[in-house]
Amino acid sequence: MSSNIELKKGLDIPVKGAADRKVLRKVEPGLVALKPTDFKGLVPRLLVREGDPVAAGSPVLADKDRPEILFTSPVSGTVKEIVRGEKRKLLAVVIESDGKGASVDFGACNPVALSRDEAAGLLCKSGLWGGIISRPYGVMASPDVKPKAIFISAFSTAPLAPDTDFTLGADAEAVQAGVRLLSRLTDGGVHLCLDAKTYSKSPFHKIEGAIVHTVSGPHPAGNVGVQISHISPIRKGETVWTVPILVVAAIGRLVLTGKLQLSRKIAVTGPAAEEPAYVEALPGTPVSEIVKPGEGIRIVGGDILSGEILAADGHIGFFTDQITLLREGTEKELLGWAKPFRPKLFSSSPCYFSWLTPSKKYDMDTNLHGGPRAFVETKCFSDVTPMDIFPIYLIKACLAGEIDKMEKFGIYEVLPEDLALCDYVDPSKNDIQAIIASGIDLMIKEMA
Amino acid sequence: MAEENNTPRPGLFEKGGKLGWLHSTADAFETFLHVPGTVTRRGAHVRDAIDLKRVMIIVVIALVPAALFGMWNTGYQTSTLYGLGWGFWMCFWKGLLKTLPLFIVSYAVGLAIEFASSQIRDEEVNEGYLVTGMLIPLIVPVDVPLWMLAIAVAFAVIFGKEVFGGTGMNIWNPALLARAFLFFSYPSKMSGSEVWIHAPKGVDAVSGATPLAVAGEGGVSALSGDLSLWHLFLGDIPGSVGETSAIAILIGAVILIWTGVASWKIMVSSVAGAFLVGWLGCIGGVTDVPAWYQLVLGGFLFGTVFMATDPVTSAQTEAGKWIYGFLVGALAITVRLFNPGYAEGMMLAILLMNTFAPLIDHCVVSVSISRREKKIRTA
Repeated sequence: MSSNIELKKGLDIPVKGAADRKVLRKVEPGLVALKPTDFKGLVPRLLVREGDPVAAGSPVLADKDRPEILFTSPVSGTVKEIVRGEKRKLLAVVIESDGKGASVDFGACNPVALSRDEAAGLLCKSGLWGGIISRPYGVMASPDVKPKAIFISAFSTAPLAPDTDFTLGADAEAVQAGVRLLSRLTDGGVHLCLDAKTYSKSPFHKIEGAIVHTVSGPHPAGNVGVQISHISPIRKGETVWTVPILVVAAIGRLVLTGKLQLSRKIAVTGPAAEEPAYVEALPGTPVSEIVKPGEGIRIVGGDILSGEILAADGHIGFFTDQITLLREGTEKELLGWAKPFRPKLFSSSPCYFSWLTPSKKYDMDTNLHGGPRAFVETKCFSDVTPMDIFPIYLIKACLAGEIDKMEKFGIYEVLPEDLALCDYVDPSKNDIQAIIASGIDLMIKEMA
Repeated sequence: MAEENNTPRPGLFEKGGKLGWLHSTADAFETFLHVPGTVTRRGAHVRDAIDLKRVMIIVVIALVPAALFGMWNTGYQTSTLYGLGWGFWMCFWKGLLKTLPLFIVSYAVGLAIEFASSQIRDEEVNEGYLVTGMLIPLIVPVDVPLWMLAIAVAFAVIFGKEVFGGTGMNIWNPALLARAFLFFSYPSKMSGSEVWIHAPKGVDAVSGATPLAVAGEGGVSALSGDLSLWHLFLGDIPGSVGETSAIAILIGAVILIWTGVASWKIMVSSVAGAFLVGWLGCIGGVTDVPAWYQLVLGGFLFGTVFMATDPVTSAQTEAGKWIYGFLVGALAITVRLFNPGYAEGMMLAILLMNTFAPLIDHCVVSVSISRREKKIRTA
């Protein structure tokens, strides 16, 4: 059974630097880092010491409160360094690869034959459980909770996002196996959302064991949160899980081969990327082995709307499948706001003339294009939020820290990424995603 | 690169510098002239080119036709009433000389308070007053004494806006508050029929009643000749500086609607509300002025296009905008028809609906939430 969800609201930001559909090279990293900070809600317990040998799939970290959830090494080698930050907070475990590729054998299996506990156990010990995200709040899932349903978005509409049909097209079999295993974890079924535009060509449209939906419309149509709100909105007290498609493929490979294989195609994109294309790499690969930008370039792990800033000497994360390079826009522009034409800048508002050049791609930078102000123009928020909520009321409830109102206005349904476009369009230059994130943190604290 | 100044001494206008206490004012001029070189720190890494300054400048541009027409009309009315026979440019020039001080006083007083309160709050100066400062001279009679205007502006900015926390936090439209302050504080100076047309020096002021007052007394039959429907539409009639010309205001409306700065829903529903009440009044025998006259008389159109649509003080929800706009229009004409003491109802209608806009929004949001909960429960 499938249904098409047609979304009208939203915005596709025309930024330059889409990745060509080709893999430039495969990175064989000397060092990889496992970062507990990639998993929201994880309180890590260290299982290794510096100098310990590990294989791909060997446990490195466990969750303190749920010790069955393990986090495993993506490569074989030795633990080189344990990086701690303020108050001895564990930031990363750095593993030096020996290049031998030894890996733990979890045993290939038939996912349909597994019980729920066996399926959950396999994910926990292989280190893939952390890839399951629980909503509300977007935290790591708990194995003892039975979710209402599991949602997978097989495409992304974010600016310059990797093309899933290209990155995982050859892995359709693995995605199928992953879907079968995930369907063991819930009674509510696995929902798979495909892009309506490319549905018939999609390598995933024949996936079995999932309820397939097609979604059309501008960004954020590909956001799983938006899809959930149209398929089965989250009520108070309900839990749904979402799994990024790249994790689904890794789960499938685990099922098919018995081995942890996390290598993925990473889209190197953005106006400051010299040759935007794909690079194959493992999670935790040093950023410097993938991109080497010059001075004044921001490295974003993810897309331009909700990615995180990566240090040039840092490592990419567990979920990273895109790196965007942007110039830092530190130049002032004399009377810029009064110029009738600013052809180099894009605005979704008819207050500028970008609508005259609808197919133009823009060389965007990180300039804020204004100063922070109180909310004045607020219709723009609902124009880019294809959900049945009043964004400005939710934002104000988060600012005020009023739990009741946040509940009423839909805090259970959103993650910051779902309102990322509000950040982009706001003429008052508020950081909406940060406001929503602080609201979610408050909810977690108060509802715990 | 010029910013890399490693000397430890703070700049003249930076905190700790010689004139550090003026840093907000200095920042204001700095950011007024420039789009600042600030980069995003949290959230989306790129941002739209639009900012509040752009939004405000669009409104100011939309007001320009009404302002230019108002200048010409000021001269033209004087010339006509006193039989001076000025040509087009002379009318414009005399009108400019007469209205420019209004703009100067409005901006000088308003911006001074705005800058001072930003300084106190330690924030960047907000550009909201660019619009308010332009609106106020357009909605006052041309002969208003400048000292009264200054006091009204000060009242509106301080008690209408700054006490609430500045632009974006205010409940009432500051420009209308200034107008209301003038009206209720100096009624003898602000009503009657002598204030609408500027009297040249050395000449005794002659009565030049506004068409709204004429219609209020004499009904539709009084609106003929120079006050025919065409002249009401064109705007070469006595009235507040910017409110007379429907054509100039409609040009502004097109700009505002096209750029999305003002809500077309409020404009349309306000016109609908006014028309409905005007029509009911007409068939009910309250007045013999046809409903379409109400739309071009007085400050209705100016208020609908430029004041009722203020995004801060109007309703925020889309359904709320329909209700809010409709009530603004309906109330304005109701006041006109049933209040003999005060010919124009637009100012009070908008201020009243500003007060109730949050309530309208509250109802709309509550209805939507209960509908949603029902939907989810049955899903």
